[in-house]
Amino acid sequence: MAKANFEVPELKDFIEIPVVTPDTMSHSKPYMAKPEFQIELGFPGELPEDWKDQALDAMGDLLGKYRSLQVYLDSCVKCGACTDKCHYYIGTKDPKNMPVARQDLLRKVYRRYFTFAGKFFGKLGIPEVVGAADFTKDVLDDWYSYFHQCSQCRRCSVFCPYGIDTAEISMAAREIMDRIGIGQKYCNEILGKVYKIGNNLGLPERALADTLEGLEEDIEDETGVKVRLPLDEKGADILLVTPSADFFAEPHVDGLMGYAKVFHEAGASWTLSSKASEAGNFGMFIGSYENMRRASMRIREAALELGVKRIIFGECGHAWRVAYSFLNTLVGPFDFLDPKYPVPQHILEYTWNEMKKGTLNIDKSLNDDMVLTFHDSCNVARASRMGDKPGGQFEIPRNVIKAVCNNFVDMDPSTTREKTFCCGGGGGLLTDDLMEIRVKGALPRMTALHNVIKDNGVTHMAAICAICKSQFTKVLPYYGMGMDQIVSVHQLVSSAMILTGQNTDDDEDE
Amino acid sequence: MSFLTVTYALIFYAATALLIGGLAWRITLFAKAPAPLKIPTTPAPTTQTGVVLRMFREVVFFESLFKSTKWTWLFGWMFHIGLLLVLLRHSRYFINPDWFWVPHIFWELVELVQPFGIYAGFVMVAGLAGLWSRRILVDRVRYISALSDHLMLLLIILIGLSGLTMKFIAHTDIISVKAFFIGLITFNWQAIPTDFIFLLHISLVATLMAIFPYSKLLHAPGIFFSPTRNQVDNPRERRHLSEWAKRLEQ
Ligand code: SF4
Ligand code: SF4
Repeated sequence: MAKANFEVPELKDFIEIPVVTPDTMSHSKPYMAKPEFQIELGFPGELPEDWKDQALDAMGDLLGKYRSLQVYLDSCVKCGACTDKCHYYIGTKDPKNMPVARQDLLRKVYRRYFTFAGKFFGKLGIPEVVGAADFTKDVLDDWYSYFHQCSQCRRCSVFCPYGIDTAEISMAAREIMDRIGIGQKYCNEILGKVYKIGNNLGLPERALADTLEGLEEDIEDETGVKVRLPLDEKGADILLVTPSADFFAEPHVDGLMGYAKVFHEAGASWTLSSKASEAGNFGMFIGSYENMRRASMRIREAALELGVKRIIFGECGHAWRVAYSFLNTLVGPFDFLDPKYPVPQHILEYTWNEMKKGTLNIDKSLNDDMVLTFHDSCNVARASRMGDKPGGQFEIPRNVIKAVCNNFVDMDPSTTREKTFCCGGGGGLLTDDLMEIRVKGALPRMTALHNVIKDNGVTHMAAICAICKSQFTKVLPYYGMGMDQIVSVHQLVSSAMILTGQNTDDDEDE
Repeated sequence: MSFLTVTYALIFYAATALLIGGLAWRITLFAKAPAPLKIPTTPAPTTQTGVVLRMFREVVFFESLFKSTKWTWLFGWMFHIGLLLVLLRHSRYFINPDWFWVPHIFWELVELVQPFGIYAGFVMVAGLAGLWSRRILVDRVRYISALSDHLMLLLIILIGLSGLTMKFIAHTDIISVKAFFIGLITFNWQAIPTDFIFLLHISLVATLMAIFPYSKLLHAPGIFFSPTRNQVDNPRERRHLSEWAKRLEQ
C-alpha cells in the first residue's frame, strides 16, 4: 500500500453513504497560482482591497452570460436527491462535498446580494433564514477549498430533478476567483504552458520529435514493421490531437502506439502537430470561455496550416467534452475540412469503424492473460457522445474492447454508463497538492473495481482518459491494488493486432 | 362594503400583482441570459422532438428524481399530483363556465375532478408530511435546509389542512366564497365570508402567491429553462454561438 499522511478509506463490499461529518476536508487547499501566471491569462495577480465588490461584479456579469448559472441558482428546492451522489462526499463524509451544499457556498452569496429575500433578511441581520450569507473572507476561503474538490463530473446533474449541474457552479466560482486574483496553480500554470509551448507538459517540439522517433523504434523492434508517428506533416489527411500524457506516461503511451498501428493498418495519412500537441483544455476547468477558446484556437490553426481534411481526438475525457461539445462553437466553423466526417471525431469512432470494415487483423487470444473491465470516464459519459446515437459513448468503447479481448466484465451498473463515478482526479484536481481528496474521491470506483476483481477475477481496468489513467496509476496502490492494473483501450487494441508483415514466428513458436 | 372585504380584496390584488410581475421578471431573466455552450446531460436526445419528450417525462413523471431517491420521488410526486387536482377542483370558484375565454373542455375537466379533488387534498398533505419528515430525519437533507425550507413546508401544509377542515369539519359558505372571488375578477366586489378557517386559508394562499417568484418555487419555470435538460445533442452538426461570444470573434 502506498504511504499516506491521511486516513485512506477502507474498502467495503458496497458503496456506503456516510453520516454527515462536518469539516473533514476544510484544510484541503491547492497551491495558488503565482501573479505572473495569473496575468498571462488576463487575470489580476493578487487579491485586491475591494475584492468583495469585484467578485460581486464578476458574479453579476456571469449571471447575465450563463443561463445555467441564473436558472440553477434560483431553482434548487433542497430536495436532497443529489446529496449522496458525489464521490467526494462518499469518500470524505464532508457535507460541503454534497453537490447542493457545494452550490450553496455560492448560492448563499447570490441570495444575499442578488435576490429580494436575501437583501431583505440581510438588512435585518438574519440572512441565514433564507439561505443567504454575507460574503466574508471565510466564505471565500470555503470557496477556494471546496470548489477545488469538485471534478466537474456532472454525476449530480443526472439525478437532480431540474438537471442542476454543480460543474456549472464550480466553473463560475473558479472564474470569479480568478477575476479577483485567486487562481489555482495547477490549472493556470498549465494553461500558460499550452500558450507558450503547445502542450500541458511543456514538451517542446524537438523533444516531441525525439519521443515519437523512439516510439517508432519500439514498435519496429517489437513487430518488425515500420509504423510511423508523423509530426507536422503538411498535406496529411488526418490531424490527431491527443493529450500530451500520451507521449510518455504509462499506460497512455501504449495507447498512442495503438492509434499509430490502427492508422498504419487502415492505410491512413495522418499527423500529429507540435502546435496543437495537447487535447486537454484547462480553460474549461477554470470556467473561462475566453481561455477555453484561446486554447482551442491552436487546433484550428494547426488544422489550417497543415491542410488536413479531418480532426481526430485521442483518448481523453474532459478533452473530448471540449472537443465534441464545444470545439465547433468555440472556433468553428470547420467548413475547410472534409464534410463527410463529423468534426471532430474520437479515435474510438475511427477504430470501431475500421474494425467494422475489417481492415484490422485481430487475434483476441493475445489478450487472454487479462480479464477486463471498463471505466466510463465521467465527461465522456455525461457530457459528450460517440457515434450517431445517444449512448454511443458507452457502446463503442465496449464494442472495441470486446472485439480485442475474450474476457470482459462490467462493474456494478450503479457505477457505470451515465451513473459512472469520476476517477477522483478530474476537473483540474490531478495535482499532488490535492492527493488526499484524489484518493478519497476514488473510493466508489475503487469499491466497484475491487468487487469485480474479487468476484469475477478481473485483472485490469481499461480507461479512455489521460486523467483517469494517471489518477488510477497513482491511487490504486493506496487501496492495495497494482498501478499497472489500469490500461488504455488502444493498448488492448495494439496488443491484439497483427500488423501486415508482422514477424510473429519468434514469439509464438517458443 | 366591510373593512374586511376591502382589506382582503386589496391583499389579493397585491398578491396577484407580485406573483405575475415577479414571475414575468424572473422568466425574462431566464430567457434573456444566453446559454453559450451545449451542455445537455448525456445521453441526450438528438432531435427537438426528443427534447420535448425528455422534458415531458421530467415534468410529468419526475424521471431524474425517480432515478435518484425513491422516497423523495414518491412524496414529491404525491404532493404535486395532489396539488394539481386540488387546483383544478378549486378553479370552479374563480371562473364561470359562460365566460368566453373558458374552454368548454376545461370546464368539463374541472367538473370531472371534483370528487377526486377532495381526496387529492389528503394525498397532497401526506406527500408534504413525507417530504418534511425526510428534511428532519435524513441528516444530509437536514444539513442543507434553511429555516425558509421548513417554513415553506409549514405554509403549504397549513393551507392543505385548513382547506380540508373546511371540507370535512367546519363548512364555509361556498356560494359567497365564489361570489367574493368572481367579484374580485370582475371588479364588482362582494362581501367576504368571515369564518376564521376560511380567512386563514386564503391569507396563507395570498402569502404563497406573493413569495412564489422570490423563493425556490422558481423551480417551476426553472426546469423549462434548464440547459442540461432542454438542449438538443447536436454540437458537431451546428454551432451554438451566443451573442456575447460572437463578439470575441471580431
Ligand atoms: S437534487 Fe437538485 S434540487 Fe435537489 S437539492 Fe440537489 S441541486 Fe437542489
Ligand atoms: S460535478 Fe461531480 S464532483 Fe462536482 S459536485 Fe457534482 S458529483 Fe461532485
